[in-house]
Amino acid sequence: MNENKTKEDRRIAALRIFFLILAAVLIIIGLLNKEYITVLNKAVRICLECIGIG
Amino acid sequence: MHRDRVRSSVSRQKVRTVIQLCSAVLFNGFLSGLKNVRIFTGKTKSFCVPVLNCYSCPAALGSCPIGSLQAVLGSAGGRFPFYVLGSLMLFGVLLGRLICGLLCPFGLIQDLLSRIPVKKVSLPEKADRHLRYVKYILLAVFVIALPAFIRDDSGSSLPWFCKFICPAGTLEGGIPLVLFNKDLRSLIGPLFWWKVLLLAAILTAAVFIPRFFCRYMCPLGAFYSLFNRFSLVRMSVNTESCISCGKCREVCPMSIDPVHQISGAECILCGRCRDVCPASSISLDPPAFRTKPGRPHAEGTEGGSATS
Repeated sequence: MNENKTKEDRRIAALRIFFLILAAVLIIIGLLNKEYITVLNKAVRICLECIGIG
Repeated sequence: MHRDRVRSSVSRQKVRTVIQLCSAVLFNGFLSGLKNVRIFTGKTKSFCVPVLNCYSCPAALGSCPIGSLQAVLGSAGGRFPFYVLGSLMLFGVLLGRLICGLLCPFGLIQDLLSRIPVKKVSLPEKADRHLRYVKYILLAVFVIALPAFIRDDSGSSLPWFCKFICPAGTLEGGIPLVLFNKDLRSLIGPLFWWKVLLLAAILTAAVFIPRFFCRYMCPLGAFYSLFNRFSLVRMSVNTESCISCGKCREVCPMSIDPVHQISGAECILCGRCRDVCPASSISLDPPAFRTKPGRPHAEGTEGGSATS
């Protein structure tokens, strides 16, 4: 049973590392695409849709 | 002994509330925005915060990830949201739904409302189970599919979730801006009243059903729930010392059975179950403090059977 547990722990650790690397890669691609500017441009103006007016 | 446990539980609850308040202030620290009724326009708004916090809130210092996701998907021409998705994934893997339990300002509001001493309502198990899928539908349809595929002549699309559903936007952005800005007040129409009505319904429901929005409607919680099983911060139950008293189930704001579902998709890692456990069988487990082999722990077995 402990062996199963260790196997499960290893699988979880591997998934965690995979998604951490994937997240880092996605963020880097997004930064290279200057996607943060789209986010900034949206966030610095009052979003009329978000507040229920637009 | 029992009195000590109750005292310790109350003090942990206070600490949790203080952390939630600090987090709300941290993400909404632009106090002059509240005073002058204008939103923050600094560079920190190019970063997504990990919580549902409207960027049109006058005090918001960062961007709402759900709003940002729709903004990028719906921008002219349509783009894949690498940056926002990567940020969300990073938050999910590092903290999972601890973000819902400890950091989200809208979660704090629901927690405060659930303290109103009225009889709490439990939905029938089958209805509850089915309703929990609604948040995934809202994420897939209103946050991703509609902004990505329904476009106007200019090639851009609406932030569907923000426009028609998001109660955080109405509460944090809509109501303060409309109350104190005459120009915006003159633009109020049926959509605004729909959103106010929906907000009122959600907040009322949260009085009777703790964390109503988190349980059934939050698309951000739905996203984080996908990462909860392997997030860095998890909780576990020592099934050997558990006495199956059911106290953890009674206090769980998400109405799950912590013994079988701890750190599962629906667990927000708030730690209330740990506070009341008379056998101290529940622990918060960052990997550095993971229990040594030989002490069986159950972690997030959604299917219902605890592994040991």
